[in-house]
Amino acid sequence: MKLNEKETEVLEILEENSRLPIASISKMAGITSEEAEQIIHKLEQEKVIIDYAATIDWRKVEGHEGVTAMIDVKVAPKRGVGFDEIAERVYRFKEVQSVYLMSGAYDLSVVIEGRSMSEVARFVSEKLSTLDSVLSTTTHFILKKYKHDGRIFETGEEDKRMVVTP
Amino acid sequence: MDSSRFLSTSVTELKPSGIRKFFDLAASMDGVISLGVGEPDFVTSWSVREACILSLENGHTAYSANAGLIELREEISLYLDRKFHVNYEAEREVLVTVGASQALDLALRAIINPGDEVIIPEPCFVAYGPLVKLAGGIPVYVSSNSNNGFKTLPGQIEKAITQNTKAVLICSPSNPTGSMLSRKDLEKISVIIKQHDLLAISDEIYAELSYDEEFTSLASLEGMRERTITISGFSKGFAMTGWRLGFAAAPAPLLQAMLKIHQYSMMCAPTMSQHAALEALRNGEEDVQRMKTDYRRRRNYFVRSLNEAGFPCQTPGGAFYAFPSVEYTGLSSEEFAEQLLLEEKVAVVPGSVFGPSGEGFVRCSYASSLAQLEEALKRMAAFMKRRQRSGAHWKTLQDF
Repeated sequence: MKLNEKETEVLEILEENSRLPIASISKMAGITSEEAEQIIHKLEQEKVIIDYAATIDWRKVEGHEGVTAMIDVKVAPKRGVGFDEIAERVYRFKEVQSVYLMSGAYDLSVVIEGRSMSEVARFVSEKLSTLDSVLSTTTHFILKKYKHDGRIFETGEEDKRMVVTP
Repeated sequence: MDSSRFLSTSVTELKPSGIRKFFDLAASMDGVISLGVGEPDFVTSWSVREACILSLENGHTAYSANAGLIELREEISLYLDRKFHVNYEAEREVLVTVGASQALDLALRAIINPGDEVIIPEPCFVAYGPLVKLAGGIPVYVSSNSNNGFKTLPGQIEKAITQNTKAVLICSPSNPTGSMLSRKDLEKISVIIKQHDLLAISDEIYAELSYDEEFTSLASLEGMRERTITISGFSKGFAMTGWRLGFAAAPAPLLQAMLKIHQYSMMCAPTMSQHAALEALRNGEEDVQRMKTDYRRRRNYFVRSLNEAGFPCQTPGGAFYAFPSVEYTGLSSEEFAEQLLLEEKVAVVPGSVFGPSGEGFVRCSYASSLAQLEEALKRMAAFMKRRQRSGAHWKTLQDF
C-alpha cells in the first residue's frame, strides 16, 4: 500500500506515542483534526495500524515478575507450505509473543512469556517440542531487559541544560 | 581599593547580556519549565560520544594542529561541498574553532580596523554587537519587521551602508526569530554586498535545522565565495553544545589571518571534541535528520498552539525558536517574561534583549519534550486569560 507524506507522518508520530490526542497529532503533522482522524481510521481499516500497545516494565510491578524466554526452534518444513504451517501452529498458542522465521543455525525464533521458569519449561516440553515438525529446541531465558522495541527501559538521561541559555 | 579601575574602557562600556539577568532570576526558582534554552534537548548521539571515549582510550590528549586535525578539516570541506555546494580547500581555507562563537570572534578581529562598521540585522544573537565592539568596530543595526517574518530587507541594508562599512553579518535561520532567508532573499542581499564591495560574514550554525525549504549558503551564490566568511559548528544540528566545536571556512587570505589570532589565543580546539566531530560528520546524518524531523513536528505543534492561546506567531522556517508577539497582553516583553516566570514558572526570553525590533515579542525555544511544551502552553494560556480578566488591553486573533 502506497502512503502519502502526511499518512506516513501520522504513522511515525503514532509510533512514537500512540496516546497523543488527535488535536496534538494534527498540529504536529500540520493538518486539520478531521484529516488526522480520517487518516488514522483508514490506516486502521487497512490493518497498517494493527494495535496500540504500551511498553511496560513489569519488573516494577509487584506480583508481576514474569519470565521471558527466546527459543531457537529447528523444524522440518513441509512440501507446499514450507515453514508457514508450523509457524502458524506455534503462534496460535497464547503464551507465544512473537515468532520469526530466521536464517542461519535454526529456523524459528519464538518468544514466550510465562509466570515462572517452570511454566515456560512446561510449555516447551509439552506443547512446542511435541509438534510433529519440530526437530529440536534451545531455550534462552531473558535475565534483564535493557531495551525493548526500540525503547530503553532505564535511560538515566535527564535534561541537564541550564534554565536559560543564549 | 577599587580594582575595577584596571579594566579596559571597551569592557566597562559593554553592557551585560540581557539573557544573563533572566538566567539569574530563573535559576533561583524551583520547578521552572524553561522555554529559554538555546540548545537542543537531545543528548549527543551515542556513536559520537563513543568516538570521544575511544579518542581518550587511545591517548589522544595532546594539542592538534592549530587549524585543527587535518582529517577533520577534510571532512568539513567534504561536508560543506556535499550539503551546501561550496568548495573550500581543507588545508588553507578551513579552521576548526572552539564553537562557532570563537569563529565569529576571529572573523571580526581579523577584518576590523578601528571605526569600521559592521551591519547587523536585528533582532539578533546577543553576542554580535559586543564582539564587533571588542574588535574595535561599530555595530550598525538594521531593524526588521514582524510583518515580513523578521526577514532582512536588502533595501534597509543598502541604506545603512556608509564609507566606513566593512561587512554585513547575516544569520539565517535566525536566533532568536527562526526566520529563514530564501535563496532569492540572499541573492538580493548579495547583489548589494558586491556592488558596495563589502565582506559578508554568514553565521550558518542553524543551517541543518531548516524545515520548509532547502538551505542556501551565502558563499554558494555567484561571486560571493571570495567575499564571505562562513561560520558554523556542531552545537545545534549535531546536538553538541558542550563540546565547544565550530569551524570557519573562507578564502585563504582571510582564513589565514583568522588562524594567526587563533594560534596566539586559543592554540587549538579540544582534540577529543575534534575526534567526536569526525564521527558526527562521517556517520551522523541519520541522527541529524531524526532530530530535525522531531523539531519540525514540535514547531508545528507549538506555533499552532501559541496562536490558539492568543499569542500571534508566524511559522519560523528554521532553528528551534518561536518568536510570538506578547503585545496584546499590554506588557513590554521584559515585563511579560518576568511576570510569566514569577506567576506561572515558565521561562521565556524577552525579545528586547535581541535588539529594539524584538520588543513586543519573546523568544520561546521548542527544543523541549512535547509534555513540557504542552504544560508551558497551558500556563501561558492561563496567564493570558488572567490578563484579559484584569482588563488589560486585549484583542482576539481575529483582530490581527
